[in-house]
Amino acid sequence: MALNRKVGFFTGLKYKGGGPMWAWVLHRASGLAMVLFVGLHILAGFLTQQFGSEVGLSINIIYENWLFQVVIFFLVIFHAVNGLRVTILDLAPKLIEYQREMIWAEWLIIAPLYALIIFSLLKDALSG
Amino acid sequence: MTSRKVAKRGFSLDYIMWLFMRLSALALYAVGLTGLTAALIMGARTQTDISTLIRWTFFQNPSHVFSSDLVNLDGFINQFWQIMQITAVFFGVTHGLNGLRTVVEDFMGSTIWRTLWRGFIFFSWIFMMLVAIYVVLAS
Repeated sequence: MALNRKVGFFTGLKYKGGGPMWAWVLHRASGLAMVLFVGLHILAGFLTQQFGSEVGLSINIIYENWLFQVVIFFLVIFHAVNGLRVTILDLAPKLIEYQREMIWAEWLIIAPLYALIIFSLLKDALSG
Repeated sequence: MTSRKVAKRGFSLDYIMWLFMRLSALALYAVGLTGLTAALIMGARTQTDISTLIRWTFFQNPSHVFSSDLVNLDGFINQFWQIMQITAVFFGVTHGLNGLRTVVEDFMGSTIWRTLWRGFIFFSWIFMMLVAIYVVLAS
């Protein structure tokens, strides 16, 4: 259902939805980024495998860059953990009472996982 | 101003896709954790780095482990992992493109643009599945 209200981007940002709103925004943004990433990665894999194409290779060189990996690992891990939270809430609706606590729990799961990956990535990147 | 139409109860495409998004997420977790566990058992714990391990967890593709330090790749490159890859491709691509459809339709009324987007997303879905499964079977 399309809404007829005209709410600008910056007006929308002032909405005080708190943790759940930002989780929703990040879930959408990371989802769209991953559709683009996985789509291009499939095409790059196809071009490299079938034609040894330079285009495919140059796309994959971007993906192997550690800066890109820092970003994509965050997006994937956030999307996975947040998606699990949404799934648990939807399949066990009684838990909706604790949804703010679940957001905190979500970040508590993401933080050590991501810190471990960042540490490892940076160690490899900086030691050459 | 008219009130919005409420979807009728029972099975509809939207309900099926809503359920599919949750179940495919769980299926992708299952595929990923299977890959992670198997890789650790098969020597990844001591023989490779975390980037390789995570690449392999996301998608169990030979090119994700070729350049690693793993000594014996026999357990990593076989038909079982091809089946896992096809499962991941089916659930991943369908989940992703249905997510794109959800986002797009939040910004569209019943206009010609929505029809065009739906057509574009449907053909991207078929195209991506075919290309990805072809790559899996040919590698």
